[in-house]
Amino acid sequence: QAEGFVCHSMKIAVCVKRVPDSETRVKIASDRKSLDEAGVKFVLNPYDEFAVEEALRRKEQGGAGEVVIVLLGPAAAQETIRTALAMGADRGVLLQTDKIPADGLEVAKTLAAELKEGGYDLILFGKMAIDDYNHQIGPMVAELLGLPCVTAIAHLEIESGKGTAEREIEGGLEVVEFPLPAVLTTDKGLNEPRYPALKGIMAAKKKPLDVKPRTLGAGRLEAMALTAPPDRQEGKIVGEGPAAVPELVRLLREEAKVL
Amino acid sequence: MTNVLAVLEQRDGVLRKVSHEVVTGARRLADALGGTVEALALAGGAVKGADRLGGFGADLVITLTNSAFAMYAPEGYSQVLADRAKGGGYAAVVFAASAMGRDLAPRVAARLDVPLAQDVTDVAVESGAVTVIHPVYAGKALLKLKITGNPAVVSLRPNVFTPVERPRAGSQETAPVDVRGGGDRVVVKQIKAAVAGAVDVAEASIVISGGRGLKEPANFKVLEALAGAFGGRAAVGASRAVVDAGWRPHGDQVGQTGKTVSPTLYIAVGISGAIQHLAGMRTSKVIVAINKDKDAPIFKVADYGIVGDLFDVVPKLTEEIRKLHG
Ligand SMILES: Cc1cc2nc3c(=O)[nH]c(=O)nc-3n(C[C@H](O)[C@H](O)[C@H](O)COP(=O)(O)OP(=O)(O)OC[C@H]3O[C@@H](n4cnc5c(N)ncnc54)[C@H](O)[C@@H]3O)c2cc1C
Ligand SMILES: Nc1ncnc2c1ncn2[C@@H]1O[C@H](COP(=O)(O)O)[C@@H](O)[C@H]1O
Repeated sequence: QAEGFVCHSMKIAVCVKRVPDSETRVKIASDRKSLDEAGVKFVLNPYDEFAVEEALRRKEQGGAGEVVIVLLGPAAAQETIRTALAMGADRGVLLQTDKIPADGLEVAKTLAAELKEGGYDLILFGKMAIDDYNHQIGPMVAELLGLPCVTAIAHLEIESGKGTAEREIEGGLEVVEFPLPAVLTTDKGLNEPRYPALKGIMAAKKKPLDVKPRTLGAGRLEAMALTAPPDRQEGKIVGEGPAAVPELVRLLREEAKVL
Repeated sequence: MTNVLAVLEQRDGVLRKVSHEVVTGARRLADALGGTVEALALAGGAVKGADRLGGFGADLVITLTNSAFAMYAPEGYSQVLADRAKGGGYAAVVFAASAMGRDLAPRVAARLDVPLAQDVTDVAVESGAVTVIHPVYAGKALLKLKITGNPAVVSLRPNVFTPVERPRAGSQETAPVDVRGGGDRVVVKQIKAAVAGAVDVAEASIVISGGRGLKEPANFKVLEALAGAFGGRAAVGASRAVVDAGWRPHGDQVGQTGKTVSPTLYIAVGISGAIQHLAGMRTSKVIVAINKDKDAPIFKVADYGIVGDLFDVVPKLTEEIRKLHG
């Protein structure tokens, strides 16, 4: 450790979600309300990779500490937790449940109950899950725990119990100060997540992973139907090269009426 | 309980355009419920533009002022809004799914102990309950949700709820408001503005995005010239390939791990049309693709395509648009 470097050991929780890979072809299940999961490849939610990476960097900078991965999901999500452990997290907690309700507040309550007595300096989330696009679990957990929260951060500095984060807003960046302990949700740009090395993958197999069964309330958001978006009518090729431009402009004016 | 609370947004004391969309969505719900729309702004003082909201369907416009409210104050705003929502007996509370709304709505919902339907593209009332459409799986499916929380809390995807003129009284009320406790722990210190005058890709009515086909960062000036020809309504976006290469800032990325945009016109230039890119722009009203490869997947979602070298096609397009706006 460099001389003069103040060792600050941090205990950090990272909540991660198991989501269908972004390449997934969406097939709607026979109940017409959910995704047919047959043949779907699941991955660690991409935004959560930024959260895991940030936690690992904070721990490495402090020279000590612990990074705990928390996931609410089915038994198969142990694999997702192992991915985060392979990146370097210390241990995992699977809050096991078969079905995650559409109501994010139920998810937030279950996570908050688990995190409450953990004594964490930081609790990190992704800014959103790429399956439900909900953008909500992190700030809801923060409210339930009464902790300060900054969402969708793309830059973070922490010094002696105080943090400064930057979050992108329309046409600018908001610079936000907050005290620790805190809840943060991570956006792209915060860091470059590492790939698990073979050594990490081997080590992950031996790291502790607690499995705790959980039963969630049904919640007050009811999925009524899952449908394919209206097909965009395949358009037309107006022509080739710059010669086609006047016709394009005419179509945009007269047919599409957008100019 | 049939009234709807519309949460407005201001920056530097000026009402943001997205607030018109919020009032429009709230009006739609209030009409279906047979109630009124109360539009609420939190600000440091008077909000310029609030007096015009009657035109979009607000019955009442309330500005609550506090010296700490000039910029977004997450904790103070959520406390005041939650108090208002508890006391006001609203059937629904409507936010914009903007940077502020996406942060604020979950806090308020949690304080009210009700669910949140975030980033919705449609709202309706069916047998007395609010229903919404929420795109999921990167826009590859639409989830219809029925909300039984009371009030129903929703945030509206920007650029989807086209403001319509629905004249109502729009009477104005302004009052100071206090925040309990020791003030915000989370404090917005400053806003670092992006390039002056630049329109954000998430809010622009025209987005021109460039991909790897641009070949090098300096060539984006070709797209900026086209954006300029539209006169301040257009923003320049980017594919992830060029953002990862460091050619363009993260904030400009359109797609699954970037922004979701729904402009009136989206022009994809030198972008192949990977599924993750489509995730961010497929709800655009009209899509134009310019690509030299006639088999590029982007042509499958484009309404109009030109096959050709962008370096020939785009300058010609810029010239034609300039003529129009001449
Ligand atoms: C988890 C995950 C998340 C992702 N998120 C996103 C995201 O948010 N946004 C995103 O965009 N991508 C995302 N991607 C990446 C995506 O898969 C593609 O790699 C990326 O979109 C490709 O960018 P591109 O179209 O610019 O480049 P390319 O695929 O290389 O396409 C370049 C195109 O330019 C055309 N071209 C070349 N020269 C010319 C010329 N002179 N004139 C005209 N046309 C020309 C070519 O024909 C080609 O079609 C993600 C990937 C993953 C795995
Ligand atoms: N089932 C879950 N288990 C653990 N963390 C979750 C779960 N669902 C969501 N999260 C976290 O909350 C973030 C935002 O998710 P969402 O609000 O669903 O878009 C994700 O990036 C995760 O960090």
